Amino acid sequence: MIKSVMVMNTQGKPRLAKFYDFQPVEKQQELIRSVFGVLCGRADNVSNFVEADSIFGPGTRLVYKHFATLYFVFIFDSSENELAMLDLIQVFVETLDKCFKNVCELDIVYNYSKLHTILDEIIFGGQVLETSSIEVIKAVEEISKCSPSLSPSTCLSFFGPSTRPLLLCYN
Amino acid sequence: MAGTSIMETLFQRDLDDLIKGIRQQQIKESLFISKAIEEIRREIKSTDLPTKSAALRKLSYLSSLHGADMSFAAFHAVEVMSSPQFFYKKIGYHAVTQSFNDDTPVILLITNQLRKDLNSSNQFEVSLALECLSRIGNVDLARDLTPEVFTLLSSSKVFIKKKAIAVVLRVFEKYPDAVRVCFKRLVENLESSEPVILSAVVGVFCELCLKDPRSYLPLAPEFYKILVDSKNNWLLIKVLKIFAKLATLEPRLAKRVVEPICEFMRRTEAKSLLFECIRTVLSSLSEYESAVKLAVVKVREFLVDDDPNLKYLGLQALSIIAPKHLWAVLENKDFVIKSLSDGDYNIKLESLRLLMSMVSESNVAEISRVLINYALKSDPEFCNQILGSILSTCCRNLYEVIVDFDWYASLLGEMVRIPHCQKGEEIEHQIIDIAMRVKDVRPALVHVCRNLLIDPALLGNPFLHRILSAAAWVSGEYVEFSRNPFELMEALLQPRTNLLLPSIRAVYVQSVFKVLIFCVHSYLLHKENISSVNTDNLASEVPESVFARMSCENSDLATSEAPASSEQHDSFNPRNINQSFGDLSIENGGDATVSNSQASTSASLGRNSFTQESIVNLFNIVELALGPLSRSHDVEIQERARNVLGFTDLIKQEILNPVVQGEENLARAETEASRVVKLMCDAFSEELGPVSTSAQDRVPVPDGLLLKENLADLETICGDIQLPLSSSFSLSSTPLGEAVDISRTNLQSKDETEPSHESTSLLAEHRKRHGLYYLASEKSEVASNDYPPANDPMSQDKLNDDAEDLLKLTEQSLAPKKKPNQAKPRPVVLKLDGDEISVAAKKPELKDDLLSGVVQDVLLGNDGVPSSSRSNRSENLSGKSKGKEKLNTDLSLETKENVPGEKMPDHVNTSSRRSKHRSHGKERRQKGQGKDGEEKEDNGQKKKRKSNHHRGKHKAHQRADEPSNVVAQTPVIPDFLL
Repeated sequence: MIKSVMVMNTQGKPRLAKFYDFQPVEKQQELIRSVFGVLCGRADNVSNFVEADSIFGPGTRLVYKHFATLYFVFIFDSSENELAMLDLIQVFVETLDKCFKNVCELDIVYNYSKLHTILDEIIFGGQVLETSSIEVIKAVEEISKCSPSLSPSTCLSFFGPSTRPLLLCYN
Repeated sequence: MAGTSIMETLFQRDLDDLIKGIRQQQIKESLFISKAIEEIRREIKSTDLPTKSAALRKLSYLSSLHGADMSFAAFHAVEVMSSPQFFYKKIGYHAVTQSFNDDTPVILLITNQLRKDLNSSNQFEVSLALECLSRIGNVDLARDLTPEVFTLLSSSKVFIKKKAIAVVLRVFEKYPDAVRVCFKRLVENLESSEPVILSAVVGVFCELCLKDPRSYLPLAPEFYKILVDSKNNWLLIKVLKIFAKLATLEPRLAKRVVEPICEFMRRTEAKSLLFECIRTVLSSLSEYESAVKLAVVKVREFLVDDDPNLKYLGLQALSIIAPKHLWAVLENKDFVIKSLSDGDYNIKLESLRLLMSMVSESNVAEISRVLINYALKSDPEFCNQILGSILSTCCRNLYEVIVDFDWYASLLGEMVRIPHCQKGEEIEHQIIDIAMRVKDVRPALVHVCRNLLIDPALLGNPFLHRILSAAAWVSGEYVEFSRNPFELMEALLQPRTNLLLPSIRAVYVQSVFKVLIFCVHSYLLHKENISSVNTDNLASEVPESVFARMSCENSDLATSEAPASSEQHDSFNPRNINQSFGDLSIENGGDATVSNSQASTSASLGRNSFTQESIVNLFNIVELALGPLSRSHDVEIQERARNVLGFTDLIKQEILNPVVQGEENLARAETEASRVVKLMCDAFSEELGPVSTSAQDRVPVPDGLLLKENLADLETICGDIQLPLSSSFSLSSTPLGEAVDISRTNLQSKDETEPSHESTSLLAEHRKRHGLYYLASEKSEVASNDYPPANDPMSQDKLNDDAEDLLKLTEQSLAPKKKPNQAKPRPVVLKLDGDEISVAAKKPELKDDLLSGVVQDVLLGNDGVPSSSRSNRSENLSGKSKGKEKLNTDLSLETKENVPGEKMPDHVNTSSRRSKHRSHGKERRQKGQGKDGEEKEDNGQKKKRKSNHHRGKHKAHQRADEPSNVVAQTPVIPDFLL
């Protein structure tokens, strides 16, 4: 079971936070801060796993991946495989990349709702239901058709680190 | 009205504007957000849906990412959610899903909306409702919507069906009765040809299995089929997780799956699947030697991989296997040690853990040496991790790995001097603990403590103060082992001790007292000695016993160089005299051969400079240093300082002014003084022992004494005193009188037959309630009246023999090293009832499980199953249940739930039952179970006889065969029995 998905930038600003067990908002903020506190101290060439027992309770694991200016963090329990979760982060980011064409932090900042729609197609109530980004995109596009206003907002001409494509540095 | 809403809509900021605003804000972010929320509070009350939903959307955003409270909008969210337009509905659902929980009152209002949307023809609306149910579903929602979920389970749309399957997990968890309705459809999907569906349903079973594997044993054939047929790694991982649980319950199943899993390990390219196989083998199939060997080979591949993730997982895999197959760790020892200096903190930590798992009697010194060196080089955090693991490993099971306690004492001393050391509390505890438990270590420990105390630099590090407190206590309590009490006294009184906390300083003062008494006592004995040697006449005035003791002691010393303190202690009461003399003559006299006679003892004592001059000097130092403390603001310090000063006043004049008095006067006065000193000395020489945590429980409560009854009365007497609940207590050295007095008034009429018990328990009660006024009962102040004799440490060592043998076989040594000196026996370590010994504790635990298994059998197997369900079962077995498919599944679950001990018969039952309405079931079962089929058929027939008695016997038999399989079960679905 996945407990939580977080996306935050390298300054610690949350871009997406989803908790599959209910958490009061203050607790959510605290958890995000503690996760960032752990992640920001880690070098780039180290493992993607962090012992998170002290933050989320015994038996929980944390996997994260660093793309350009963002951290993608999955928190889960013993019923998930660590390496599979790492792959799932990759699936998630690749899906975003296909949806937004060279996704960068700014896309994620301004497409909050769409981000949730995409994530909800992959993870449902903490369970992974779809691991194919093609299927996810198909569903997300159909949902967008139902709600016309959900079309991607115009990306502002911003320059700076948050426009760095996430996947460039990876491949 | 309409006008305002148009205006609102026109000028409302939508989510994008809000985000832009946050990014470009000139004012403080929190201020900006609170302004935005003010705005939202206004907008959300609008009757205009677009305005309302836009406000809600902004609020959800702020709540999720900026921690804004959105509970005030709960009702508005429900309104938006019921909009017919999908766009708004989605916003509403998002808000509800994100913010609602069991405590949200309006959650009651959404049931109908959810039902409506679950029945919607728009699959995306259904999907929204399912998502919502899976996140916030409570008992009521789960119960009320079970029929809808059941319908959706057979939806023709994969998009809906997979989500309906996933939502079942939440529904089962919240409303167990839903199992009766939905379980069969769920199981059917295990044969789905649609990979997404299969993956969803296996995911659900994986979650269910983790909570209560036993109930799902009957589904093993289905899972096995997936295991051998599927090519989907994601699916295989989940199935492996299920088998990891099931295989530990059913050895025959383990036998079946071990080969396919090994096949995966050999062939798969996917690291995730490979790791899952390794983990499954190492955790659940560790009896299969060849599989374990293969897994360890694969682990090795992980370890040498460049990817730090694989390295980390490889180390984790090793720590799974370490308790059962230590050789796997030892084989990779070089790598583990190398990882200690890895750049990745997680990898370092993992390798530290592994290293500690390798520790045994023979290599503890080596490993500690390596680790202390690493600790010196590490950053503070890891340094303390290392120290912490050394400390916790060494003290495990009453220091079972430690043979040479002198070495351990010096190791503790060394740790203190590591610059980053912050383990004050643990080291403090262990110093006192081993001092009390291990008699033989005391001389070495006193020496270590002395080195700590005389170092003024250590006083500057607040992290070490607690250790110094322990050192001061040990030095005072076992001062007879000190080589130079004068030096010790100076260390205890050095000016920098004012850096210590009052509570620790109080310990210092108390130790000063003990050292002082010891010195004066030794001095007096020494004088008596001289006089007794010089003038035989005077010998009669010296108490005979002291004289006898001394001569006896000295002859003892002459024969045996090492004073066996325990023996001495048995034969003489004031151990201080004996031991001090033994020690002093050996240590100060240099070689023991000199101390053949009384004369030579005196000589050696003389060299030890217990002269009048030194004693005078001692008194002066004490008075000088403690004088100011007698006016300390801390009562503890003040009281103790005054005690010491009072004592010096009392005897100083008598001892130190011999010149003024005549020869005979002197003798008389000194006997007077020596009487006082001896009294004190005896008081301090009372042996302190470790106190069992269960000591309090062993105090019997006398018959007829109702402790509770008096509590109210006590309260009126004690008035407004706050009653602290904490605090443990010791059985001696307490203001007994007061405690008994107070309680007596209440108890006079009650229980006067057992006064001693009464007072103890009353005292206990009083102490519990007024712990505030008692001394802290830990360590130094505790004196147990009688602690149990030392147990034989050998019995405990035996438990480890297996592991040690393995070690000895495979140990190629961490570094070329000497074996520990076997000639030196391990000293006795005192044990108490309350001490947890984890190795030994495992057995009782198992027994408990057996016990609870039996209890459950009695409760559930015989009496617990209501007759109605039993008759159902018989009906069921007679096989005429065409239209009762639903009931069948229910029952199969019921049996699973109710009779935890009864694994195999269950298995047969359900399978055979299933085969009645599903023709393919049987075939698969045989494929799945192979040879075992026959035996099970037998069981099945036995069951059909429905003899309760027989069944019970059968169960018992099974349990005897496989005791380890009986695990106390907490049913996932507790209300099942109805």
